[in-house]
Amino acid sequence: MKTWITDAPIEAAAVLAAIGASTDGAAAMFLGTVRDHNDGRRVTGLEYDVYRPMAERVLREIADAAGARWQTDRIAAVHRVGRLDIGETSVAIAVSTPHRADAFDACRYIIEEIKTRLPVWKRELYADGETMWLDGRSQIVAGAAHE
Amino acid sequence: MRVRVYFFAFYRDLAGRDELELELDAGATARDAVAALRKDGGGAERIPADPVIAVNEVAAQLDTPLAEGDEIALLPPVAGGTSR
Repeated sequence: MKTWITDAPIEAAAVLAAIGASTDGAAAMFLGTVRDHNDGRRVTGLEYDVYRPMAERVLREIADAAGARWQTDRIAAVHRVGRLDIGETSVAIAVSTPHRADAFDACRYIIEEIKTRLPVWKRELYADGETMWLDGRSQIVAGAAHE
Repeated sequence: MRVRVYFFAFYRDLAGRDELELELDAGATARDAVAALRKDGGGAERIPADPVIAVNEVAAQLDTPLAEGDEIALLPPVAGGTSR
């Protein structure tokens, strides 16, 4: 199990290198990347704000919950913060398991939980120089059990 | 008692600062802390009266009782789980 928050570019190969075992026949990876448009506007970059100590704790909780549910400790998850350019990786998740369904399902679970619970916020930078914090759709819930 | 409040993202822009120290009466809750900082003005009054918060790095309810030295973080809504 390896989870971290970083200001540095995410190397997919390094994330993949953190998982895998001789008992695993499947590895799944998800990458979230910075796209160049949103709601019809040209985006030139992103900035992520983070409540870092809480984010480190929550990311670990999410990975632990996935590990318990899909019976694997071969999970790596990292979220980038700070300033990102188009095409850069903002989040990377890799999971390996004996069979592929569990690797896919665990990977999907982790990204959805990150989007719902991780205290990070995205500000878009536009071609015309404007910036805007994106409206979140999810309130972080206190004390809620996450399946 | 003294507590420290941290602002993030949009709320930081509204408050015009990263953090703030508050002096509160004994027995105060997180809700009291939010009410006190919203009275402080300078844009902080535009932060919702019932924001999502964390106390000492853990998501918490507004009726959480506070203690000397607690850290309260005001957390704007995050992205959300519905993919398009």
